[in-house]
Amino acid sequence: MKKTILRIENVSKIYGETVVLKDISLEVKEGDNVVLIGPSGTGKSTLLRCINQLTSIDSGRIWLDDQEITAPGVNHDKVRQHIGMVFQDFLLFNHLTALDNVMVGPVRVLGMSKEDARKKALWELERVGLADRAGHYPGQLSGGQKQRVAIARALAMDPRIMLFDEPTSALDPELIGEVLEVMAKLAKEGMTMVVVTHEMGFAREVADSIVFMEKGLVVEEGAPNDIFYRPKFERTRAFLWKITELYGEHDKDAPRKEDEE
Amino acid sequence: MAFLDIVVYILKGIGVTVAVTLIALPLGLVIGVLLALVRIYGGRVFSQVAGVYSTVMRGLPPIVLLFILYFIIAGSINISPFWAGSISLAIISSSYQMEIFRGAVLSVGEGQEMAARAIGMSRIQTIRYIILPQAMRLAIPPWSNEAATVVKDSSLVYALGVAEVLRRAQFVGARTYKPLMAFGIAALIYFGLVYLTSFALSELERKTRIPAF
Repeated sequence: MKKTILRIENVSKIYGETVVLKDISLEVKEGDNVVLIGPSGTGKSTLLRCINQLTSIDSGRIWLDDQEITAPGVNHDKVRQHIGMVFQDFLLFNHLTALDNVMVGPVRVLGMSKEDARKKALWELERVGLADRAGHYPGQLSGGQKQRVAIARALAMDPRIMLFDEPTSALDPELIGEVLEVMAKLAKEGMTMVVVTHEMGFAREVADSIVFMEKGLVVEEGAPNDIFYRPKFERTRAFLWKITELYGEHDKDAPRKEDEE
Repeated sequence: MAFLDIVVYILKGIGVTVAVTLIALPLGLVIGVLLALVRIYGGRVFSQVAGVYSTVMRGLPPIVLLFILYFIIAGSINISPFWAGSISLAIISSSYQMEIFRGAVLSVGEGQEMAARAIGMSRIQTIRYIILPQAMRLAIPPWSNEAATVVKDSSLVYALGVAEVLRRAQFVGARTYKPLMAFGIAALIYFGLVYLTSFALSELERKTRIPAF
């Protein structure tokens, strides 16, 4: 039995009168890659933000490893150190070089010495294939490079789990591949990941399980092959049909198994 | 009194003018930054108090405020007009600087804050290492405007009897019956100081610019 890293139990989130998340339950095991799909505005991003407590939940409970992180009195800053997050619009720190973007967490949050943090940051940049861009500022990097630096920044904290919030949605089509490749590599290395994406190629190739959400509810959850080829619900089928029509071209750019070897 | 003697007499006030400015500007900066942070992050009550402070202070003529603050400060502690005037100017300037830094902090954007919190930084760390370094850079152009204002407003302490450039110009102009020449010299001195300040700050802006941002 693999260890459970993240457990979400009956989580609900309400903005005013709008129920964004309705009684969501989800379990992510160590090394698993869970992909969240569904129409926009169905609470996928909100769910990620609730997991690392950037947004508070209205009811339900969330565990990271064996700690209930939604319990009163839990230090949210401490919890977030263990949860890496990658945003749609990169959000690199504009005034810092790629290296400093990756270093700033270990130095300021973990209290690592600058020398050690520098080594660690260079290694993380190497991991995303950008060691040669260490001295560049965000404005001097392409979108794909920015997102890879953002991934390295999250990795430098040695997170227990990585959350990706539509990491390729703000990228030009020709830059999507390099980011997905890095993510596929991470998954292969055994990183536990929750990914919100519309890249169905990635979902099919890399995900261990796929969660289809609609209107704040988990409609269907299962292995990629089951979701893609034998969906139980008509809504899942309709969504997948629509998305492959829209994003069908992207599938060709997605990393394939043979490219990774 | 020859022309040169008048010039020299007025020039002796530069030290005081510069000193008043060098007290009022940095002190106003510290108060202004703190108030801007309180206004943005301080929670409802403190934020509103800071907002009222800003509205009231910016709604009054500096000279009126200077007198009021001077009599409050000089009335409660034993302090020279020079210090009381400089501190008063700092307080006046802080309300304008607060708005400059508030705008700068807000234009850094919520995304930067969210990204910093996401790697586990506390709110204080986020402000210190992520928000302020960017906000300070954004604030330089509007701040250089305020710096010019404070250089010029330092002449207001003349009303408290502090022997700075304007005070000395007025005195020597009255004594030699050459007020136009005296005030003209004072004007040139103020212009020179403002020009230097603006130049120094545009250099600072250039040197601290983030590449390709």
